[in-house]
Amino acid sequence: MREDLRIIANLIKSDARVLDLGCGSGDLLEHLAKAKNILGYGIENDSDEISGCIRRGVNVIEHDLNEGLERFPDKSFDMVIMTETLQAVDSPQRLLDEMLRIGEECIVTFPNFGYWGHRVRMFTSGKFPVSQPIPHRWFDTPNIRPCTFLDFEQLCAEKQLRIVQRLVFSSSYRAGPLMKRFPNLFGATAFYRLGRVS
Amino acid sequence: MAEETPGNSVGLVKPLSQRFDSSFTLQSGATLPGFEVVYETYGRLNEKRNNAVLICHALSGHHHAAGYHSREDARPGWWDNCIGPGKPIDTDDFFVLSLNNLGGCHGTTGPTSINPDTGEIYGPTFPTVTVKDWVQTQHMLAEALGITTFAAVIGGSLGGMQAMQWAIDYPDRVQHALLIACTPKLSAQNIAFNEIARFAISSDPEFNEGHYQTSGVNPERGLGLARMVGHVTYLSDDSMGDKFGRELKSGDISLGQDVEFQVESYLHYQGETFSKIFDANTYILMTRALDYFDPAREFDDDLVRALANARAKFFVASFTSDWRFAPERSGAIVDALIAAGKDVVSTTIESTHGHDSFLLPIPRYFDVLRAYMSRIARETAS
Repeated sequence: MREDLRIIANLIKSDARVLDLGCGSGDLLEHLAKAKNILGYGIENDSDEISGCIRRGVNVIEHDLNEGLERFPDKSFDMVIMTETLQAVDSPQRLLDEMLRIGEECIVTFPNFGYWGHRVRMFTSGKFPVSQPIPHRWFDTPNIRPCTFLDFEQLCAEKQLRIVQRLVFSSSYRAGPLMKRFPNLFGATAFYRLGRVS
Repeated sequence: MAEETPGNSVGLVKPLSQRFDSSFTLQSGATLPGFEVVYETYGRLNEKRNNAVLICHALSGHHHAAGYHSREDARPGWWDNCIGPGKPIDTDDFFVLSLNNLGGCHGTTGPTSINPDTGEIYGPTFPTVTVKDWVQTQHMLAEALGITTFAAVIGGSLGGMQAMQWAIDYPDRVQHALLIACTPKLSAQNIAFNEIARFAISSDPEFNEGHYQTSGVNPERGLGLARMVGHVTYLSDDSMGDKFGRELKSGDISLGQDVEFQVESYLHYQGETFSKIFDANTYILMTRALDYFDPAREFDDDLVRALANARAKFFVASFTSDWRFAPERSGAIVDALIAAGKDVVSTTIESTHGHDSFLLPIPRYFDVLRAYMSRIARETAS
């Protein structure tokens, strides 16, 4: 089983209402439905992924995240999740506000562009880093908002978003002591659980 | 039809009829002294009796959804591209039931039928019929046929409204409701277009207050005009542009002649053919049913509450160029379903064909419909 699914499932209460932004073909929601009996909805914009969700019986709503989430009322979900998508949206900060307006808590994961491998590639080649976790080139990358652990936490501080939990992973969601100590340098994947400041 | 039935057609089909003899009270309080419903079925009801699918027709539809009535038929049923072996609504998996709604003019009791109480044609005296009434009569037909639960109730436009009403009125009797190009209620603009259509009919001197049949005439001009207006609202500016542009059918503008644009000729043809096969009183009655549909009304205009008791899972599809029931109208249904905690999948199909898209074999539309139906087939088989 994918490690990230297991990690997220452990953080979610049984029977929770969950919204998954950029749900892909519904792996996470299907897993959460089985493991935690959640009521989940996925938001997706890609027609093949939508068909995938429909085929396997995952609730999916065709919607472009860049159009905002005004259609969802305040506090209508227990958890709003957005995995590996924050770096690809028009307005990450507006979306974070929306996620915490809609959900009690939210989970956000993204690739850390401060990872040492990227730094070395950038430094040695002098070019936009292309690697396994971030396989796109500068002109066709969907990742239009690359950021690092530090960048993200600075934004959270400015916006007064409460970081409930931070986890640091490799690109295959493994943890290690070095990346725990120096997340911005050795962590490839950032994992944040956020809450509202009460 | 061709000499041989195509392999993915349900082939030759025969309309059947079911009579209900006891008196039936409509939502309006009016009663009918019994009525008759014409229907067709395709595919076979399985042993578990859990693979029945109900097709609800739209404004000008009827029971003949798929297949051919005779070898001489030029065209198959109105949704033949979607219903049949290997098609999105696969008759190898499902037992499909399609009927002509009460008040219709294709065999089911309606304004053209004889009122047994008076011995005369109902005409304009046929009582007002609502979507709720249709759903109730569809339920009666299902019971008569030994179908306790529908695996799916499917409809586009006014048909989608019936599917929604099914989920509200008979929560235990419908597993999946498929609402295509639908809306939770008509907008003022929608009602306005319907009123133009009705006024066109009633303004025809041959309408005769609706008693045209007994006077041996038919308000064909009015009904044709109503159809022309309606038809324009089913298409989009782009699709009409693609289909007709400014092409001329006859005449030459540069010579100062009277000209006829292709689109004019097309609309006249649509109006004329429709007015010969459809009943004006039925058209008025069905547009009224559209106008009155508003399931949230009896729940303080709260659609979330209206859907609260539904137990079906929902499929909601809309089309980008549909300005009659635009994607936002489907979005309102989806938002209410999510707020009510119901299972729903929702998609917006790219299409230039306007409201009529729901009747066309648009590849992505059929893909998602097929994906959803195959999921239902898996559930009924397990």
